[in-house]
Amino acid sequence: MAEKAEIAIDRISMVYTLPDSEVHALNDVSLDIGKGEILSVLGPSGCGKTTLLNIIAGFLSPTRGEVRIAGTPVKGPGAERGMVFQQGALFEWLSVAQNISFGPRMCGRNRKETVDTVQRLLGIVGLVEFADKPVYQLSGGMQQRVALARCLANDPDVILMDEPLGALDALTREKMQGLVLRLWKETGKTILLITHSVEEAIFLGERLIVMAPRPGRIEREFNLPFATEALEKPARDVKAGSEFVSVREEILSMIWDMEEEIMGDNG
Amino acid sequence: MSRQKPSGLAIWLGLSDNSFTRQKTVKFGDATAVNSGRFYSMLTLAVLIVAWVVASVFDLVEPFYWPSISGTWERLLKIVGEGFRNTALLDHVGISVYRVLSGVFYGALVGIPLGFAMGLSSIGRGLFDPVVEFMRPIPPLALIPLIILWFGIDEFAKIFLLFLASLFIMTLAARSGVSSVRITKVHAAYSLGASKLQILRHVILPNALPEIFTGLRTSMGVCWGTVVAAELVAADKGLGSMIMIAKNFLQTDTVVIGIILIGIIGYIIELIMRRLEQWLIPWRGKG
Ligand SMILES: Nc1ncnc2c1ncn2[C@@H]1O[C@H](COP(=O)(O)OP(=O)(O)OP(=O)(O)O)[C@@H](O)[C@H]1O
Ligand SMILES: [Mg+2]
Repeated sequence: MAEKAEIAIDRISMVYTLPDSEVHALNDVSLDIGKGEILSVLGPSGCGKTTLLNIIAGFLSPTRGEVRIAGTPVKGPGAERGMVFQQGALFEWLSVAQNISFGPRMCGRNRKETVDTVQRLLGIVGLVEFADKPVYQLSGGMQQRVALARCLANDPDVILMDEPLGALDALTREKMQGLVLRLWKETGKTILLITHSVEEAIFLGERLIVMAPRPGRIEREFNLPFATEALEKPARDVKAGSEFVSVREEILSMIWDMEEEIMGDNG
Repeated sequence: MSRQKPSGLAIWLGLSDNSFTRQKTVKFGDATAVNSGRFYSMLTLAVLIVAWVVASVFDLVEPFYWPSISGTWERLLKIVGEGFRNTALLDHVGISVYRVLSGVFYGALVGIPLGFAMGLSSIGRGLFDPVVEFMRPIPPLALIPLIILWFGIDEFAKIFLLFLASLFIMTLAARSGVSSVRITKVHAAYSLGASKLQILRHVILPNALPEIFTGLRTSMGVCWGTVVAAELVAADKGLGSMIMIAKNFLQTDTVVIGIILIGIIGYIIELIMRRLEQWLIPWRGKG
């Protein structure tokens, strides 16, 4: 079967069965993500974003449906799908350079090439002089740059990110958004990014998915020009543009309504 | 208010706070604001020694209950020079330390893989859980009679006892080290292409090392206490046996020397382990 989509999410449902209840974390979710696309996912807390990502990554198998990567059904994790987590996923017993070279070393890549790759990535994320520092001596933003570089070292086709910038301060966050965009442009990787920041989702997503909870599902989908625009224009200008602002307001009020509904349910 | 900088000596002695603590306005209840208090430690030691000297000079205590300081000193020189019961003092110390190190070594050798098995597989956990949970609250000393029945009182028996003492500590430490690994780290490693064996070697093991090391430290402490007790019961060499034999000859001074040595060596072991830990596992608690 020839498939155009790099990631094909085919009618997946996920039910967590607990002793006294069932949680319908995802219900009949379908989505195709093309090669080289950058897609962001937004949604209120608990709507199944992490669950979806874990299924694509191959850490969970869905109750129904399947995910295919370049036509092959996902059975488990693999090096062609790189992950960037929110925080605390670096190996604190290794130096910055050793963290970055972890993937190539595990996969048994050529030593010499690995050294070059690490040098190149250190340059890209701006951490050349920190190569031999233990990662726990780095700031949060630097640590996330290491996490990005570590993921890139394996040259995965797909990069899955679960709130990678969630723990950073606003300024560092904006800088990191620039870095993600640059990497997307330069490497042409397929990127799926989960975020809680509406602005970040609009800015980075060529496509944006808004999910709704109970059961977790895709509520709306937007095609957005800003990621491409930002490759030419300064980020601040893009974010200040009237179109950006109006999309932001629209999505914000949508999510706001969803949260309201959730609160209403509980109260 | 004067803001004179206290001398380094005053800070070292704990009579003045370091510059950071000095700027704290709230110190009561802040554990990090409690300094070493070295001066007062010295004071305590000095008071104890002075009390001993005074008691000796004025013959306040019957030497049968507590020896005079000069007599103890002479006894120490004599034991250092001639040994005790045909065995050099250093050999008494050495054999005790050797027993502890052997026991901890074998305990770690068996306990760490056992703990890994329990932390990593349901079968491992199921198989060993009853034994480990049952043995955990039993003090090693309670096993001495059984071990004497089984193995007599030779060297093997003592090391076996210490092995048991450290085995359960090491097993539990390794198991909790394995269980404490954050799932995102394991997931990250799988996504980076690591195999199960590589995950074990490059993620789970280093992640468990801090707790394994804590286990080693605890083992050392427990085994040191156990070896002395075991030697009290049955041995002709070692610090424990030394003080037991000395007791039989009513040599209170030798008993006291032995007790002080046991304390000092236990303390030194603890210090060495702490140093090793800082050196070998600098990432402890930084995950
Ligand atoms: N291991 C689990 N066992 C039971 N229920 C779970 C489990 N993991 C997630 N859930 C439930 O599934 C739903 C979706 O969870 P998920 O973590 O995917 O949400 P999320 O969108 O990532 O939320 P957040 O934005 O807070 O990270 C939630 O209702 C959650 O309670
Ligand atoms: Mg989540």
